[in-house]
Amino acid sequence: MPRLLLFGYGNPGRGDDALGPNLIDHISLLGFSHVECQSDMQLQIEHVMDVARCYQALFIDADLSCAEPFIYSKVVAEKDRSYSTHAMTPSTLLHVYQEVYRQAAPQTFLLRIRGYHFELGATLSNRANANLDAAVKFVSRLCEMDNLKIL
Amino acid sequence: MSTSGQDKPSSGTSRRIAIDPVTRVEGHGRITLLLDQDNHVQQARFHIVEFRGFEKFIQGRPYWEVPFIVQRLCGICPVSHQLAAAKAMDQLVGVDQLTPTATKLRRLLHFGQILQSHALHFFHLSAPDLLFGFGSDPLRRNIVGILEKYPEIGLKGVKLRKYGQQIIAAVTGKRIHGAATIPGGMNKSLTLTERDALLAEIEAIVSWSLDGIALNEHIHVAHPEHRHFATLHTPFLSMIGSNGELEFYHGGLRASSATGEKIFDQFDYRHYHQIIHEEVRSWSYMKFPFLTALGPTEGWYRVGPLARVNNCDTISTPLAEAARKRFMEYGQGCFVHDTLAYHWARMIEMLHCAESIHALLLNKEITGSELLVPKGLKQEEGIGVIEAPRGTLFHHYRVNEEGLITQANLIVSTTSNNQAMNESVRVVANTYLDSQEITEALLNHLEVAVRAYDPCLSCATHALGKMPLQVELIDSNGMLLDRYLSGQEKDNN
Repeated sequence: MPRLLLFGYGNPGRGDDALGPNLIDHISLLGFSHVECQSDMQLQIEHVMDVARCYQALFIDADLSCAEPFIYSKVVAEKDRSYSTHAMTPSTLLHVYQEVYRQAAPQTFLLRIRGYHFELGATLSNRANANLDAAVKFVSRLCEMDNLKIL
Repeated sequence: MSTSGQDKPSSGTSRRIAIDPVTRVEGHGRITLLLDQDNHVQQARFHIVEFRGFEKFIQGRPYWEVPFIVQRLCGICPVSHQLAAAKAMDQLVGVDQLTPTATKLRRLLHFGQILQSHALHFFHLSAPDLLFGFGSDPLRRNIVGILEKYPEIGLKGVKLRKYGQQIIAAVTGKRIHGAATIPGGMNKSLTLTERDALLAEIEAIVSWSLDGIALNEHIHVAHPEHRHFATLHTPFLSMIGSNGELEFYHGGLRASSATGEKIFDQFDYRHYHQIIHEEVRSWSYMKFPFLTALGPTEGWYRVGPLARVNNCDTISTPLAEAARKRFMEYGQGCFVHDTLAYHWARMIEMLHCAESIHALLLNKEITGSELLVPKGLKQEEGIGVIEAPRGTLFHHYRVNEEGLITQANLIVSTTSNNQAMNESVRVVANTYLDSQEITEALLNHLEVAVRAYDPCLSCATHALGKMPLQVELIDSNGMLLDRYLSGQEKDNN
């Protein structure tokens, strides 16, 4: 069983919204045997089963308003209104996890990478690319430590 | 048919109720009811007001792009559109027989798609109504509510959907919008590792599918009122196998009357325009297909799980066949027309998919490497028909000498159920709308009727648990009498 789950989400066809999946592509190439890399367009209920297979989890998303280059924070299980949509938040996903498995969710973190432009068909902006480079280095370091924590 | 499909003449004192938008359906829809002074429903309409235009804007595109463009019609059933278009593309390149491995991969993909779609529809979208009650607390009437109250049932639903997505990902490379089909075959083999990973879980999937049937059977039989809820007596249309068996990927068309007589059978779908005509109405962007033999008034029909399970003579997998027999025993030898029995039939099909997936994974050809056959004589016209989760799906294309699309016609499953959904809304409104007071429970009764058909509008409105409905009560002079937005306090103007 992989110890760490890295889950990037966003639409690869919408400019900087691809930051999460792009980061996963970069980390996958590094070949960490204890890391499972997943990506999808949005978070949905069935992703609790990906979380269930790991010791710790890190979600990676693009963010239009966070500080550059990224913000790294812990996620706490909480039911918000996103539970009734196609795009759940990591907090609500953990809440669903606890409802499904009747136990505390694995320790989970969220990496929000600053993006700027989200137009359909656009590629990553230059500034988002720079933020992605910084995020890849940061996540690589976490993976090497085999422990997600607030540094 | 038990209902006329005709609107009653409106009187000067009538008033109109509009539910706008109807959600938990793919795209944007609206329900309008016209009531007379005694609250009798004079007119009930389910409008699909969204205009997609795929048939137009793929014109001029090269034919080989089409399967990947048209799957963008939907986020829930993209595989169905890809497969129907792929069958049409096979014809365009002069291929009428794929390799055994390519055929099995396409079937595996299709079974995985139907399994995940059916699981999504029942466990995520409809189970809250059926387990909590149509008029239950709307804050609980969603999949999270199910997970809280019935965690075992909810978890099975989540795992079933996930498994179907795993199959799609294994065959196409992605859970959604993968690219696997090419004219004349497939572009990727299934590896032994991928097959073994799927095999490791299949017995549990079959078992949970059985549980899904038992639950639906129990709910339907234990609630006699479900038998008449939104029920219509209509003809059924579906694809059928060469021996009359339930068939999703390739076969002839069968239409049966409400009383079970065959209208046509084993009909070659490439000539579908001889048996189905489409009518356009001013108040909806959706077409109204009808069986030519019966005409526009009497010829509307239903497709989807209820049609398929009623229409077929047998199911080729043993557990699903046993379930089908119990279903038909419930109907006492006649077709089961209960609209809410769509859910029961859907679960029978889900079990058939699970059993069929198991059989395909055990067949050594599924991991073969012969994926393509040589192209034959190019054709100017291709017509692909499959049974999508929601019913019979028609894709019809013409190309010019350069291979560019010159004409396209799609009849999607929900289109075929258009008139039936309208009639079901009318039946429910007549039965339950007995007061001027608009309640959330009433709204949900109308939604439950529409939802039973699993209309393919579900992916665009992003609301799983509760429809953000707006209902307005307007008098015959156009004055707003009452407004209600589901999930919010009533706004009395």
